Amino acid sequence: MLGLGADRLRADMNRLLALLFHQGVLDEQFLQLQQLQDESSPNFVSEVVNIYFHESEKLLRNLRALLLDTELSDYKKMGIHLNQLMGSSSSIGAKRVRNVCVAFRAASEQNNRAGCLRALELLEHEYCYLKNKLHELFQIEQQRALSAGIRYPMQN
Amino acid sequence: MTVETTVDDRRSQFPVGMRVLAVDDDPTCLKVLETLLRRCQYHVTTTSQAIMALKMLRENKNKFDLVISDVHMPDMDGFKLLELVGLEMDLPVIMLSGNGDTKLVMKGITHGACDYLLKPVRIEELKNIWQHVIRRKKFDSKDCKNSGNQDKSHIGNGEGGPESAETGNSDQNGKLNKKRKDQDEDEDEDRDENDNDDPSTQKKPRVVWSVELHRKFVAAVNQLGIDKAVPKKILDLMNVEKLTRENVASHLQKYRLYLKRISCVANQQANMVAALGSSDSSYLRMSSMNGLGSYTALSGSVQFQSPAFRSFPPSGMIGRLNTPAGMGLHCLPSSGRLQLGHPQNLSNSTDQVKFHPATVLGKHNGNMLQRMPVSFELDQQNSKGVTHIGEFSTAIDDTPIFPLSNGLPDAKITGNSSNSALAVSTSSMMLGNLQDDQCGRKFGGQSSVSMTSLKSEFCSPLPDHGRCTENWSSSAQLSGYQSNSLLSGDRFKQASTHPSSLRDNLSVMASQMGSNRFDVSSVTSASTQFQDLRTDIQGQQSAISSNAGQTINEALIHGWDNQKPDSTYPSNIMCSSMNSLMPVNDAMGPLEQSLDSKNSIFDRSMDFNLIGQSNYVDPLIMKHDEVEKPTMETSLRSKQGYLLDQKRPQGSYISNTVGSLEDLVSAMMKQEQDKAKSMEGEFDAYSLGPSM
Repeated sequence: MLGLGADRLRADMNRLLALLFHQGVLDEQFLQLQQLQDESSPNFVSEVVNIYFHESEKLLRNLRALLLDTELSDYKKMGIHLNQLMGSSSSIGAKRVRNVCVAFRAASEQNNRAGCLRALELLEHEYCYLKNKLHELFQIEQQRALSAGIRYPMQN
Repeated sequence: MTVETTVDDRRSQFPVGMRVLAVDDDPTCLKVLETLLRRCQYHVTTTSQAIMALKMLRENKNKFDLVISDVHMPDMDGFKLLELVGLEMDLPVIMLSGNGDTKLVMKGITHGACDYLLKPVRIEELKNIWQHVIRRKKFDSKDCKNSGNQDKSHIGNGEGGPESAETGNSDQNGKLNKKRKDQDEDEDEDRDENDNDDPSTQKKPRVVWSVELHRKFVAAVNQLGIDKAVPKKILDLMNVEKLTRENVASHLQKYRLYLKRISCVANQQANMVAALGSSDSSYLRMSSMNGLGSYTALSGSVQFQSPAFRSFPPSGMIGRLNTPAGMGLHCLPSSGRLQLGHPQNLSNSTDQVKFHPATVLGKHNGNMLQRMPVSFELDQQNSKGVTHIGEFSTAIDDTPIFPLSNGLPDAKITGNSSNSALAVSTSSMMLGNLQDDQCGRKFGGQSSVSMTSLKSEFCSPLPDHGRCTENWSSSAQLSGYQSNSLLSGDRFKQASTHPSSLRDNLSVMASQMGSNRFDVSSVTSASTQFQDLRTDIQGQQSAISSNAGQTINEALIHGWDNQKPDSTYPSNIMCSSMNSLMPVNDAMGPLEQSLDSKNSIFDRSMDFNLIGQSNYVDPLIMKHDEVEKPTMETSLRSKQGYLLDQKRPQGSYISNTVGSLEDLVSAMMKQEQDKAKSMEGEFDAYSLGPSM
């Protein structure tokens, strides 16, 4: 029974991952992260992703603040934030987020405020989606770990 | 490499336990990097602050074998850290960045980085970084040997310290070994023993060549003349206590090597910087859109004036230089620096058609059309892209200047009605430097500038060296074409004579022009017409990938609101961008088939397309009122008459793309095709109107 649950969970997780890859939300870099996770660092992926969320939210807040400052939009600073967001997004394999950052940066380089605003909205949207999906993924993983944990004692 | 063979057995051990210092202000990347490095079995220390990193390095030079550092850091510029580490500790440094802009990479290399990695970093790349450690050690060892063994402590001094940490090939050891011709001492385990055992390289107090000290050193050397500089005299001139002749000697040797390494690049850069003069920064800052952006940032620093020789080459210029290596064919002697003065004139005449190729070229031995930064302020357009048109032919040697009258088609020049000055200057530049690559680049830059609506920026990234034969003409043509975004593609025909060089240029440009994606693509598309479509295509591909970004940007800019993502993700927007990409891709499609794999680049665009999978036909695209769009369309069309027809079957290029992404995309694309086709039709009509 529990074994079935674990299988189903794993299937769910795989399906979710496949969907995310298919949508282009994640790319191969995420797989690399998963491969780096092993016994010595069992929660590596979730740790890194949590750091990423933490940092990204800061950056997004800063970006929004910079853009909403109607007097003087500091595009240069936006570019710096965007660079960092791009780097970290690409490091964890958040492809769509990264791509939006690219467009955003282009708009900021042109001092195009309207374009930047749109890009920011899009960015926030993508980020939220990514976050939700990754949370879902981690939840499934947790459940799997739980079910596996419960299973072992029974097997023994 | 005998050394390597002898240490072969060691090598199998060596990479293991190599001590790496990783510096990155982004905690996410730092954590990933750390884990990756650990997976490679290196010994990793991390810090998020450059200052802390320097502190750690200074504490103990032998503590680390290799440093990996991010480029963009808040407390200190990555390049500065690179310089300092190289100066003081002489450790191999690898730069890391999310931005693969060629200029930045160039800057990194000229500042002495062993390597330049792009984020996201893959483990395969990290598995090889140990080679830099070995290479540096060996290189220095050889130097010691060849230098006639100035002194025992030659490398033993500060700079050589870190190397001893490496696979036992510490400089001290190396020196020791060299003396004894016994390289077998190189072993990590033996390292300490050697240090202790070698009396000659024994603990001489390490001299830290601080920036100040180095400045004095350079001043002394310059005073004496690089050829006449002998350690004793330098020492006297420097008048620093506790500095021994040996210290100076070893440092001098390093300095000489460094000069040789960068002199070619430096000369060009110096020229460029000089040409730009102090006004460069203003120019350079302008075109953030172009790759000039980085260029400007670089030039702003005008580092060549700084005492640290590493920073000698103006970073801005460096960025522009496409192939410093190529340039390095002829290392300009110190006389190269003399040229700094000249370009000043050029900078003044940016806007003007007047082009003093003779004067400029004469000075610079038009051998290499090093980047002729074309700085011109296009009145009509945003003054953003003022590229300084400096005739830098880095006078590598005294090759005669390229005949200005290479017969650049005047059409180009005339074509650039809006940028007549530019056109002339560019064409003149082209004449001067006719380096294919250079030309291509220039034009690429120019075209990109013109392509963008209102863009008058002409980037003149023409670093290239003398390869150019026909390119200039073609590139000139291209630029001409491009400068007039509205111009029909007839220019293309003329222009793309040198696809090969153009390719390089385009690729370079593609990477350089961040925002001028369309431009690049248009440039590339133009060039693709010609025989060497292949090469061009590569450029195009990069252009296209950059296009993707641009497309998105465009989509965002123009009426993104209407396309507010519905239940699906913002795939709509991506879709529109994808759609807009379609035409470009289509054009590329047929070309691609004939080309080798630009897969990587194409994958990127493919990836992009993946995003916009929804069959959402974005009317926004229709709304692209920008000239760019039509221009691009036009250019696409014109440049590739035969390709135009092929715009329709978008799937075709899909099949060409590599990787599994293709399959996914093609499935999706098929859905899009109809829509895209219809869109294209509209595009064509649309673009045809205004452009023609």
